[in-house]
Amino acid sequence: MRRRTPAGLVGAEPGPAHHIVFDGRAVPALSGQSIAAALWADGVLAWRTTRFGGRPRGVFCGIGACFDCLATVDGRANQRTCLVPAEPGTVVTTQEGHGRADLAV
Amino acid sequence: MPTSPYEFLDLVVIGAGPGGLAGAVTAADLGKRCVLLDGGHSTGGQYYRHPAPGLGAARPDRLHHGWSVYTGLAERLAEHERAGRVEFRGGHHVWALERTDEGFTVHATRGPDAGDRVAVRARAVLLATGAYERQLPFPGWTLPGVVTAGGAQAMLKSGLVLPGQRIVVAGSGPLLLAAASSLVTAGARVPAVVEATGYLAYARRPHVVAAVPAKLVEGAGHGTALLRHRVRPRLRSAVVEAHGTDRVTGVTVARLDADWRPKPGTERRIDCDAIAVGHGLLPQIDLATELGADTLAGPDGAVALAVDAGMRTSVPGLWSAGETNGVGGADLAIAEGELAAHDLAGAEPKRSLRRRRARLRAFADLMAAAHRPGPGWTGWLRPDTDVCRCEEVPVAKVREAVEELGAGDPRTVKLLTRAGMGWCQGRMCGPAVACLSAGSGSAASESGAGVGAAGPDRRPFGCPVPLSQLAAGEPDA
Repeated sequence: MRRRTPAGLVGAEPGPAHHIVFDGRAVPALSGQSIAAALWADGVLAWRTTRFGGRPRGVFCGIGACFDCLATVDGRANQRTCLVPAEPGTVVTTQEGHGRADLAV
Repeated sequence: MPTSPYEFLDLVVIGAGPGGLAGAVTAADLGKRCVLLDGGHSTGGQYYRHPAPGLGAARPDRLHHGWSVYTGLAERLAEHERAGRVEFRGGHHVWALERTDEGFTVHATRGPDAGDRVAVRARAVLLATGAYERQLPFPGWTLPGVVTAGGAQAMLKSGLVLPGQRIVVAGSGPLLLAAASSLVTAGARVPAVVEATGYLAYARRPHVVAAVPAKLVEGAGHGTALLRHRVRPRLRSAVVEAHGTDRVTGVTVARLDADWRPKPGTERRIDCDAIAVGHGLLPQIDLATELGADTLAGPDGAVALAVDAGMRTSVPGLWSAGETNGVGGADLAIAEGELAAHDLAGAEPKRSLRRRRARLRAFADLMAAAHRPGPGWTGWLRPDTDVCRCEEVPVAKVREAVEELGAGDPRTVKLLTRAGMGWCQGRMCGPAVACLSAGSGSAASESGAGVGAAGPDRRPFGCPVPLSQLAAGEPDA
């Protein structure tokens, strides 16, 4: 039996995958997926480290309420990746702490 | 429909989920001109969340119960939009309601970095902002791979993705069965559904359950899907720890007593690569409580808006439908949206609609009571368990604030520890902080309340707003 998949379940026929860039590496993404969804599909669960403990975090609530899935997207820190669409060529960088190290004096 | 900043509408509906959609199209049926706002880019809210058009899903109904109800509402909306009676505006995050002489100004942001500020004016507002999940912390709950049950559903329904291959579903409430059944149907293995209660409370009020046969059919549907995939719920049990270093690799499950206290010696380890966890839903009512709307605590301890039979809140001109009046699901939200639309349009609803709402509300109350967290859940916490995920505040710090520094309420605990001051503004840690703030041996813990009923959350801003926008003042003033 063919393994069940979410796409198979809903009879999805997405167009060809495009790519986003995650920490310098190309990650496939489908039209309409959020950045977080593209990263999950690639097996990536964490793209931020916390400000105090330096612990890895990724999606928790998936609906934009918890702010755990923050990352730096196209140079902008603190973007909720569960809400931001993955566009061709979007550059996503693991965010360390508050993501504003460039502002340090 | 005019989009000038000076437009003045009959009605703004906030939230395009089941309640808001039903409210908007019914109000338009009754001759009202309205705008329907939502943070998402399409209608449906969380319940009817569906794949983006680009994913080309031919059968979105396979991830949904009652999909045709949604498509029916969406078709009516499209018709009203063509006729210029309703306008749906997605991507709008409402951060405040302001009362004016004529009615309300609804303040929202939109665009990347919330860069655009929008103000919409209307005589009346229907609040249908839904709910978010109640979370109770446990050791390891901040590990990547631990996601909310609703979050797993949302990511699956919109992005067609799973957080892992072996997903333990845990917590309490009917959402767990729905989540587990969609996860297995979509190809994940679910080694366990761990439910803290025993479902006995439903059996004690059979007439309430029998009055809503659709709920039985829905529940039976989830049960059948789980049986087919050999998933057995573990009742009166909880995940008391998630294991792993950089991502979750397993959980420890323990049996609970009637107060949700873990029973020593009953621990069992289960391997998994993800956990979907949640303890019911909490009404999202900040926009109304900031205007001083009356609230009441439901049978599950969650604070909801108090409304009359016409879904009117205590704030003149402000109606509320669905989860904001106490969590009860999509069918109830639709009934309340229709009732609110009739009331604000001065039209008499059918008596059958009122009766339907009463039956569904009674079932919702039963459900809420059945899944109310017991006070013993704090028994699975450890001193180093983070309570506040944003500010990384551990249990020990909260207990120190209560026991040594004399903090007697969540607000003081927050000021002393920063728990609840972070990005999510206490939406994730609020119930836990409220419960721990009550301390041991206090009135709240002796009353058997597992979650503090500390009054409604107050948040002057319903969502983050850039300071530059506030400094710029009203967009069209």
